[in-house]
Amino acid sequence: MTAKPLTRDEIAKRVGRDIPDGAYVNLGIGLPTLAANYVPSDREVIYHSENGILGMGPAPKKGEEDLDIINAGKQPVTLLPGAAIFHHTDAFAMIRGGHIDLALLGAMQVAANGDLANWSTGDETLPPAVGGAMDLGAGAASVWALMEHTTKNGEPKILERCTYPLTAAGVVDRIYTNLAVIEVTPDGLIVREMAPGLEFEELQAKTGAKLTLANDWRAIEF
Amino acid sequence: MLDKRVSSLAAAVEGIRDGAVVLIGGFGASGIPVELIDGLIEQGAKDLTVVTNNAGSGHADIAKLLATGRVKRIVCSFPRSAGSVVFEELYSAGKLELELVPQGTLSERMRAAGAGIGGFFTPTAAGTKLAEGKETRVIEGREYVFEKPLKGDVALIKAETADRWGNLTFRQTARNFAPTMAMAADLTIVQASRIVDLGGIAPEQVMTPGIFVDRVVEIPNPVHAGQAA
Repeated sequence: MTAKPLTRDEIAKRVGRDIPDGAYVNLGIGLPTLAANYVPSDREVIYHSENGILGMGPAPKKGEEDLDIINAGKQPVTLLPGAAIFHHTDAFAMIRGGHIDLALLGAMQVAANGDLANWSTGDETLPPAVGGAMDLGAGAASVWALMEHTTKNGEPKILERCTYPLTAAGVVDRIYTNLAVIEVTPDGLIVREMAPGLEFEELQAKTGAKLTLANDWRAIEF
Repeated sequence: MLDKRVSSLAAAVEGIRDGAVVLIGGFGASGIPVELIDGLIEQGAKDLTVVTNNAGSGHADIAKLLATGRVKRIVCSFPRSAGSVVFEELYSAGKLELELVPQGTLSERMRAAGAGIGGFFTPTAAGTKLAEGKETRVIEGREYVFEKPLKGDVALIKAETADRWGNLTFRQTARNFAPTMAMAADLTIVQASRIVDLGGIAPEQVMTPGIFVDRVVEIPNPVHAGQAA
């Protein structure tokens, strides 16, 4: 059987299933935002936005956008009944103070010790921009990194040590990729699930850090 | 009688001196005090340090201020974004100095300034290149980075409603940095869509108490930076 890597939607579906009922969650731009679409409908999840929203809803219908109701990516969003608006300093107290249960973040690289790199490639010719990435990395109670397993050129993005500048040190708890679901533990990277048809040796070859296959590993279902 | 109302944009921005540190509210296009920024451009102060989350988009408001060449330094969390052409041009030409600060640290540094706190230790940026050269301390097993307060000479704020004592409300997420910046500057200047009588804002609905505000100018139907772009 040949390996069947997950599509972006399938990664989002797989992650969505793990977002717990009642959680306060901050979503990064891109894949993390997509995951919110796949949270089972019987769960109530409260989404936080750095610019001062709890209880953020989906994108508005065309023509119903309010330019003063936007998310951290500056896109128009809606507010659910029960939503709250507050100022930036409170929004980041929620993050740093450990009140946000879970941050789902896109990643450029993740290291075996949970180091996260997602804000800069270190290219000095570009002006830098960090936004709230470092606060979320350091502050959220739990951080899940969502990304393709390798770069477009096939280079591993899960490494022993990140080569890009760090966003936060030792903070990632789980990694969801198009090939695997990996837990970051004090004993290293434990593979919980693999894409259908993928052999562990092949996964290891596409990873720049030592992996351990869990005894009770499963094929990813989505 | 305490009356913080002023009758024109020129009166609102009067006295901003060269070299001032100017805090400008807004996140993306929401909460940008477009008319006050135009007033500052008209007023002509130069060698400014601007503290704001994004470095403008297109050629209006913050980008327009940068394009005048009167800003020598910008303190920002996310300067490079869609349409930040003026910033990028000045930055790559070496005409604009940038201090990059994580967003939560930016906000908390201004809060510290406004609250009389001489700095604080934060876990944000510990172990990263934005902590290089800064004092660190391990507190209960975790590394923290020392950050200093960030005080403004002036803050430019957009509000929805104000009264003559300077009590404010904000519209939706246009609130963002405004309450913190209002408390962090020596001279806080507010443009409000409506000025109401005292008591027109219910006490428990006041979002920024007037003690943090110095001048209020009424700008009905203000330009939204998102529409101007």
